Amino acid sequence: MNALNIQDLNVNIEGKPILKNFSLTVPKGEVHALMGPNGTGKSTLAKALAGHEAYEITGGKALLDGADLVGLEPDEIARAGLFMAFQYPSEIPGVSIANFIRAAIQARLPEGENLQATAYYKELYDKMDALAIDRKFTSRAVNEGFSGGEKKRCEILQMMMLKPAYAILDETDSGLDIDALKIVSQGVNAMRGPDMGTLIITHYQRLLNYIQPDKVHVMWDGRIVRSGGKELALELEEKGYDWVKEELAAATA
Amino acid sequence: MQEKPSIDIDRSKGDFHYETDYAYDAGLGLSEKTVNYIADVKEEDDWIRDFRLKALRIFQEKPLPTHWASEDLLSINFDKIRYYLSKGQQPSRTWEEVPDDIKKTFERLGIPEQERKFLAGVEAQFDSEAAYSRMKDNLAKDGVIFVGSTEGLMKHPEIFRKFFGKVIPTGDNKFSALNSAVFSGGSFIYIPPGVKVKQPLQAYFRINAENFGQFERTLIIADEGAEVTYMEGCTAPKFETTTLHSAVVELVALKGAKIQYITVQNWSNNVFNLVTKRGLAEEEAEIRWIDCNIGSRLTMKYPGVILKGRKARGEVLSIALAGDGQHQDTGAKMIHAADETSSNIIAKSISLGTGRSSYRGLVHIPKHLKNCKNNTECDALLINSNSRTDTYPAIDVRGERNSVQHEASVSKVSAEQIFYMQQRGLSEAEAMSLSVNGFINDLVREFPMEYSVELKRLIELEMEGSVG
Repeated sequence: MNALNIQDLNVNIEGKPILKNFSLTVPKGEVHALMGPNGTGKSTLAKALAGHEAYEITGGKALLDGADLVGLEPDEIARAGLFMAFQYPSEIPGVSIANFIRAAIQARLPEGENLQATAYYKELYDKMDALAIDRKFTSRAVNEGFSGGEKKRCEILQMMMLKPAYAILDETDSGLDIDALKIVSQGVNAMRGPDMGTLIITHYQRLLNYIQPDKVHVMWDGRIVRSGGKELALELEEKGYDWVKEELAAATA
Repeated sequence: MQEKPSIDIDRSKGDFHYETDYAYDAGLGLSEKTVNYIADVKEEDDWIRDFRLKALRIFQEKPLPTHWASEDLLSINFDKIRYYLSKGQQPSRTWEEVPDDIKKTFERLGIPEQERKFLAGVEAQFDSEAAYSRMKDNLAKDGVIFVGSTEGLMKHPEIFRKFFGKVIPTGDNKFSALNSAVFSGGSFIYIPPGVKVKQPLQAYFRINAENFGQFERTLIIADEGAEVTYMEGCTAPKFETTTLHSAVVELVALKGAKIQYITVQNWSNNVFNLVTKRGLAEEEAEIRWIDCNIGSRLTMKYPGVILKGRKARGEVLSIALAGDGQHQDTGAKMIHAADETSSNIIAKSISLGTGRSSYRGLVHIPKHLKNCKNNTECDALLINSNSRTDTYPAIDVRGERNSVQHEASVSKVSAEQIFYMQQRGLSEAEAMSLSVNGFINDLVREFPMEYSVELKRLIELEMEGSVG
């Protein structure tokens, strides 16, 4: 099946269960939004799927087009086709954006094959233009001294250059002003199509004004408690997360 | 990150050894007999023999500097070292004439190829003596001299003697005295007034033998307005026993001259590398040391510039990589001795595994001078949590008309940074290597292109196996 298919995933941090039998399927070609209050495990999901060593997967599967990602190294997961846009991207002093993305693309090429520099720079410039990133940034060190908005645009630039099969955007909208939000959304929308599945993790509904999700999921205490169409996000915006909490309490009472 | 040390670092390029027969061997240990043997073999004049014998006495009298330096110096057994080894070859002017076993070594190290590609002249030293020495014909027409130190002594005593031992006196330290007693090989370079040598001159120092000490002596004089870039490379095979490399390098830049001295050292882990390097810059002259230290068991090296003339400039750019079990004790000395002199020191070190890097800096600006400037930056990068770095700056700046700036930083490659890079598809080793290259990037740019490529490759090799 061509999907990112997460089945009964259990994840601990320092022995404490955070994800509890979490299941979710994002078919290729669709955009899903994962919403929920802080501390319900949204970012844990992203980091655990990406293979971060501090996130211990104690059970379940995460299938990328049928192949299990659990137990792979973070770089193997990335090369298998999963991209994660970080909520807090790291700085890499002395390594320029152009060289970093180039190294990342090179890492995906078969042994002995080299990236074509001219074509690479043409593509890079085109995508930077689309994201309104000044060309000066090609030689700037990755994320060093960037504003919040610049970091997020740089994440989207990397996503556009690496063309992953699946992307998880972890709170990409946090810290963005409205202009940056629009630009980032345009980038995501431009990549939307049959070749990519996207999971947008967000706390707020406002990003979904610019990126229309096919499905919306609400997360609570380590699992999905509600799924629906884009109208679910609006409902959440209106009623707040307490509404989900109360409904949940009523259901389990 | 897991604290797995980098075991068995692949420094494969230099780690090989062809059997060689030596016609001249001073034997094990150091005495007047050894010194006389060397002077006899080289058929030296009495003044130089006396110079050697006097240096031997100073070496014997001086204690090892373990009150400030590493106690590992105590493990050098000076009686178990051979101080002179050669096949008795004269330096050949063509590679064809170089003895086969030696030629094979240099071909494997890629020296003839580099010469064809981008060098104005090459000298290749094998143990105690040069095996090959040649520079482009047009330089000879301009009056440039580029020969081994022995040949320089014999053929150009009028220039050699005037400057020899003047920048670094024999008694400067125990190892400069040792070198002065048993020196052999190294380069003698003279650039006449106004001659600007565009391509670099290169020397390659190869230690081939076990239990051996290499003591080259280099003297470079750039006459008024002359310019030259000199590069040295060095390797040795990996032996179980220790090998000693103790060079003395003196630079003299006369009025308005420029000397750039570039080192890419890649010693095997058994080499004690104890080197004294200093330059003298006259009025408006400029001396730059670009120093990259990879490998060795212990390196102690603090290139310096004596800024003797008004408006002289001195610079040390230094990169040190201390792998597991290694200690890179490096730094710089800037001695300001005239008005309006300026100096700049940028030192970056990387410590891997149990590797230790130390920075020792000395900046001296006396009170009576005016408008002198120094800028010092030293940055250390620690890879593992058992890696170590120390900084020992000594800044003695007096008077109110001088300025000095000192910045130091210690950073660690964070696990989050590596995770971020891995998430983009780079392996952990690639991520680490890219981070390290990023750390030294601004300094690597100062190296000629051919060397910066080599440098990046060496660093990648060093990083392999250091993570994981």
